[in-house]
Amino acid sequence: MTAEAPRGAEAPPELVQLLTPEGERVEHPDYDIDLTPEEIRGLYRDLVLVRRVDLEAVALQRQGELGLWASLLGQEAAQIGSGRALAETDMAFPTYREHGVAWCRGVDPVNLLGLFRGVNHGGWDPAEHNFHLYTIVIGSQTLHAVGYAMGIQRDSAEAATIVYFGDGATSQGDVNESFIWASVFNAPVVFFCQNNQWAISEPLEKQSRIPLYRRASGFGFPGVRVDGNDVFACLAVTRKALADARSGQGPVLIEAFTYRMGAHTTSDDPTRYRVASELEAWKLKDPIERVRAYMFKNQIADQDFFDAVDAEADELGRDVRKRCLELPDPGPLAIFDHVYAEPHRLMDEERAQFAAYLEGFEG
Amino acid sequence: MTTLTLGKALNEGMRKAMEDDPKVLIMGEDVGKLGGVFRVTDGLQKDFGEQRVIDTPLAESGIIGTAIGLALRGYRPVCEIQFDGFVFPAADQIITQLAKMPLRSLGKVKLPVVVRIPCGGGIGAVEHHSESPEAYFTHTGGLRVVACSNPVDAYTMIQQAIRCDDPVVFFEPKRRYWEKAEVDTSADAAGWTPFDQAQVVRPGTDLTLLAYGPMVKTSLEAAAAAEEDGRSVEVIDLRSLNPLDIERVEESVRRTGRCVVVHEAPVYNGFGAEVAARVTERCFYNLEAPVLRVGGPSTPYPPSKLEDHYLPDLDRVLDAVDRAFAF
Repeated sequence: MTAEAPRGAEAPPELVQLLTPEGERVEHPDYDIDLTPEEIRGLYRDLVLVRRVDLEAVALQRQGELGLWASLLGQEAAQIGSGRALAETDMAFPTYREHGVAWCRGVDPVNLLGLFRGVNHGGWDPAEHNFHLYTIVIGSQTLHAVGYAMGIQRDSAEAATIVYFGDGATSQGDVNESFIWASVFNAPVVFFCQNNQWAISEPLEKQSRIPLYRRASGFGFPGVRVDGNDVFACLAVTRKALADARSGQGPVLIEAFTYRMGAHTTSDDPTRYRVASELEAWKLKDPIERVRAYMFKNQIADQDFFDAVDAEADELGRDVRKRCLELPDPGPLAIFDHVYAEPHRLMDEERAQFAAYLEGFEG
Repeated sequence: MTTLTLGKALNEGMRKAMEDDPKVLIMGEDVGKLGGVFRVTDGLQKDFGEQRVIDTPLAESGIIGTAIGLALRGYRPVCEIQFDGFVFPAADQIITQLAKMPLRSLGKVKLPVVVRIPCGGGIGAVEHHSESPEAYFTHTGGLRVVACSNPVDAYTMIQQAIRCDDPVVFFEPKRRYWEKAEVDTSADAAGWTPFDQAQVVRPGTDLTLLAYGPMVKTSLEAAAAAEEDGRSVEVIDLRSLNPLDIERVEESVRRTGRCVVVHEAPVYNGFGAEVAARVTERCFYNLEAPVLRVGGPSTPYPPSKLEDHYLPDLDRVLDAVDRAFAF
């Protein structure tokens, strides 16, 4: 593929797809899914709401309220489909872009903004939501997910972990080590790679000469490529992978073939490294539009429903904005909090010294 | 009382910790059937099974990364890094994840992971098998760093490290693995010295020698030799490098007026620099001489035929003692 050719303009043949970009339902011999109209409306609502949260966060960053934001635009189906496949007892390990998965796990979106606003480095309780903290170092969390899965094995629990990472992360040593660990210990872990085609400015061909899902075979477990813009397919494929993992059949690598519509983060400028035609080609595969078309055609929802979801999204956007601006700045001595779980004399000493220094400015 | 080598004392300490808490796991390369290349985990897999004593693939980052995941699930993994120079592939997981994740969670996550590192030289090994990487880890907020120097501490400190809710980097002086001492394995843990405290291992009045790990024994020998010259040298085993028990050090140096820090690691930017700076800050008006440091040159660890020149020995320590008295 040359830099000029629109990436992913044609769907690769091995892609699992249940809903075409035109909103036509298709069958797949290995993956099927039977969703009620209510479930489909629920998925659509999720997709629209997380896109709205994302847009609001981008706007907040542009207005100087967030230091940075990693947009999920274009990856909503991969995240909602996989996120809604999780059972309550499953544990998810995200990177820093899994706002849609966080939504599915019940994490307040404002908690995600805290990290990007700089009031903390995370701050939600992973155990409360079974959704781990965002991990910024690329690929580190894949090993955590495997270790957690090894704990599930030792507990003889009926659960699995899912770990999210991008195409660029597949070049990391930790990701490859996690594949080895998961394979030799037969750990109940689903590797969910969102191949959004770009690792900042580096295209996929700088990471791999083979399709990413095929990496799994070299490590001894199955890999599958799914249309990452098809929420039905992402749900079906992830549901099956998690069920297999929970029932002792070991790890699975899912490559969700998708596209990051925006910048890597608000700090970069994709027009420097990719062509406009590529973006245009992917716009035709929009994860929300195809569900909407399907719902219209099959009378799963009427205009009132879509209007209501849009109104809910606007309200959510306003709420997120308002509460983001209300996030209190931490006090200066918070630097020393939570560094250690047990009393630590150096922290005590430095905290006391800094407190005394600050008190010198008072009165 | 039982006579134990330092290596066996660690083994007994881990065994006790595993008996006391079913969540304690041992993991690393060759820790199972082989019992570790130094046999420190000898027999543990036989008695506790492969689910609790885990022979891992050969990848250090993977050992620490999966230990973090196991700790998140409520386990207390004790990881063995086979040799000091092999910790660097795991440094990313230790520094960016293990040390920082509790803070990232605002205290909601605890990571009681112990990273055991056989450290230091003196065994005639090849490259990367004799290093002293403690300064990398003492420089990292969120980690505790401790070093044992004798069988009694090995037995107690490893159990304290495993019980601690913070991540602990645990240095073991590999050339002291075969040193023996009487260990009271029936003593109540409540009476043990807390593992973040330094210990006066030889009292004295004229100079304070500060050491940890393999250099404690060398420093004790130096103190004994100095006594023949009529000098009363106090030796403190620092034991904990992060946090440093500066109060105990300060109390000693205020009395003696002289201080020498001894370690195997390169002196430049080494842990001794931190100790010297803190002692100077706290004891400036009590000092009869500048705080001196004894350690390795600022070179990579040399081939083993040169290590006797590299490693501080009795004479190098005594030379520093002489210099401290010459001011």
